[in-house]
Amino acid sequence: MQKTAILTRFREVANAPYAYLRKLKSTTGKQMIGSTCAFTPEEFILAAGAHPFRIFGESESLSGADAHIQAYGCSMVRGMLEDGLSGKLDFADGVVFPHACDSIQRLSDIWRLNIKSLHFDVLLPVKLDTPTAKNYFVKVLQRFGKDIEKALGVHITDNALKEAVILMNNLRRRLKRLYTLQSEKPGVISGSDLAAIVKAAMVMDKQEAVTWLDELLVLLENEQGSQEKVKRILISGSVCSHPDIHQMIEDKGGVVVWDDLCSGTRYFEGIVDEEKPLVEAIAGRFTQRYVCPAKHLGVSFQMENLKKLVSTHKVDGVLFMILKFCEPFSFDYPDIKEELENMEIPFLLVEMDRHNEVDEQMRTRIDTMLEIL
Amino acid sequence: MAGRLKATKKMKSIMKWYYIEAKYARYLGKKIAWITSGGPVEPLIAMNIIPIYPENHGAMIGASKKGGKMSEFAEGLGYSSDVCSYAKNDITSSITKESPIKGGLPKPDMLICSNNICGTVLKWYEIQARKFGVPLFIYDTPFVHTEFTEEAREYVNEQTKDYIRFLEKHTGKKFDYKKMKKVGKLSLEAMRLWKNVLETAEHKPSPMTAFDAFFHLALIVTLRGKKVVVKYYKQLLKELEVRNRNNVGAVDNEKYRLLWDNLPIWFRMRWLSEKFASHGAALVADTYTQAWCGVIDYVDENDFLSTMGEAYTRIHLNVGVDQMADTIKKFIKQYDVDGLVMHSNRSCKPYSFGQYDIQNLLQDEDIPVLMIEADMTDERKFSDSQAEARIDAFMEVIKQRKKEK
Repeated sequence: MQKTAILTRFREVANAPYAYLRKLKSTTGKQMIGSTCAFTPEEFILAAGAHPFRIFGESESLSGADAHIQAYGCSMVRGMLEDGLSGKLDFADGVVFPHACDSIQRLSDIWRLNIKSLHFDVLLPVKLDTPTAKNYFVKVLQRFGKDIEKALGVHITDNALKEAVILMNNLRRRLKRLYTLQSEKPGVISGSDLAAIVKAAMVMDKQEAVTWLDELLVLLENEQGSQEKVKRILISGSVCSHPDIHQMIEDKGGVVVWDDLCSGTRYFEGIVDEEKPLVEAIAGRFTQRYVCPAKHLGVSFQMENLKKLVSTHKVDGVLFMILKFCEPFSFDYPDIKEELENMEIPFLLVEMDRHNEVDEQMRTRIDTMLEIL
Repeated sequence: MAGRLKATKKMKSIMKWYYIEAKYARYLGKKIAWITSGGPVEPLIAMNIIPIYPENHGAMIGASKKGGKMSEFAEGLGYSSDVCSYAKNDITSSITKESPIKGGLPKPDMLICSNNICGTVLKWYEIQARKFGVPLFIYDTPFVHTEFTEEAREYVNEQTKDYIRFLEKHTGKKFDYKKMKKVGKLSLEAMRLWKNVLETAEHKPSPMTAFDAFFHLALIVTLRGKKVVVKYYKQLLKELEVRNRNNVGAVDNEKYRLLWDNLPIWFRMRWLSEKFASHGAALVADTYTQAWCGVIDYVDENDFLSTMGEAYTRIHLNVGVDQMADTIKKFIKQYDVDGLVMHSNRSCKPYSFGQYDIQNLLQDEDIPVLMIEADMTDERKFSDSQAEARIDAFMEVIKQRKKEK
């Protein structure tokens, strides 16, 4: 199949994820379990014969959410609630709320009180760097597995869990390979296509995503990147799901060669060790890969991680895309900023009112940054 | 007019000496730990470590009406205008030394952070751990949406042991379990006394208001586990009981009784107090100060260390919105209140998100609710005229309803 055709398929899913999921439900009869954060252990949902997908907060208007969460809540949390309240997610059988930030925590309560569906709180630890916390993490996952079994009326066998681990690892390896190709041969794929692929992978049937990615990777392995010298950009933040951002960057000779986003690498970073006891291995991935700033992996983890990414991917400039009202990311920014200043790496902070909107001011600022590089 | 509580003077003196001791801690051979307001302080007291509360400091900055200015300084460093102003005040003060306490807070030797009040403190304490280059201990309390799970119990109890090992390592001293027993008992006694203090407000007229509680709270937050706290609250309780015997109310001609939700608006305490009093309304109770005695039942007096984990995990801010609504329902009855005032606090998302749903859950209570949009210390986020108009309208509703009853 042609590259364009494969990309079009991914884009179709990314543009209308809920339509894809409705169709998937009607064709497979699988129960649909949504998730609100990249800390969802999807392996258990897959092993239970259900389908895991990410809720994106697709709604344009937030009128329903306004009656439940004040305007100083981030658009992601308010948008997800709106998706639930407005019936956009009426195909979903349940939703998973991993413990992440304060806002998602309250979202869980508000959801439970207002939207009828299966409800799973995954009470993950906040610190991930002590034996006590790691031990607790495993027990939380064991409980999640039991909760899923009880709610869906199924038994999760070791074999099914192992298969799910292998499947998710396959998906992660391919997404990572795709990102690596973009870093090695910038421009080999457009940034907006890459973002659409990751988004689609969070929604799609995982095996189907693996198959499509295989088809795409075969083609891309043999292709060249941009022939001109590009400005290598890294995007850091929580969720940045607007494809226009990439277009804006590419119009000015930039390429996003890596990201540090919940809607990007945080979805697929880290591989579950298939040789170890499964639940411990799934927990191990979450406590070892790089994590969101709502979790603790040492006091300087976020700074060190970003520095590492900047040097590994030879980044020329960092674009911080931070959602307005997002505390975990906002608090890390000033110290990270200082580190980048010391490294003489240019950066720009863009505070987004909505994760799915691009305004003129944002465009001008990003243009200016790219021109300076 | 009831006038000022006599204990106020005593409290100021205790706090003054507490900060003086902290300032000279080095010379006294004592270590200083900065700790979050919901953090387990008792092991620190047992180890003779001086606990310092940046949040209490934040409140003092707010009350001195410097919160806006100090938040602005932090914003100049790159902190967002939308994040917690307590954190921003502290970050600013630790750089500029600007503070209601001369020279600012004494430098920490270690940081103790419990996320039972919010996830913000985790980020805040990471920042300060980097700045001061001191060790950070995180007492991680899994959120209790609906249930306190067995694994969560085991996790917090294991962390209590980790916490003790951390303190031993960074003080170079063995933990004093014998002293801990005494501290635990004193802490519980102080919490019980604090509860009794707050419950004097069941009396009509109420001998104290929430504004008094916000002030007298300082000791139960900072020094619980010390004898001086028990002694102080005994004195305060006695004074309030005398008021009750003599039917002396904190607000002249108390006609209406209100319940407050969320942190205080520190920079408008007097203004709000006078505003409500001008309508004959007393804020007789609040959900905030009750948090320091809401978990007494989970603690075993004779085994504080093994039971504090559950108590610290199940505090008001670490439970589901419906449990918070149940607490409010309980207070509505207990204090026989006519209305609820909710502070929608831009600095505190975990306290504020869910307030609309709490209102929905209170429908059967048939009680008017006022929501005031503000911030605990950042006066830039508060409009006097808007708040005044809303309070006046709210009080009109309450007056009408009371007349009809």
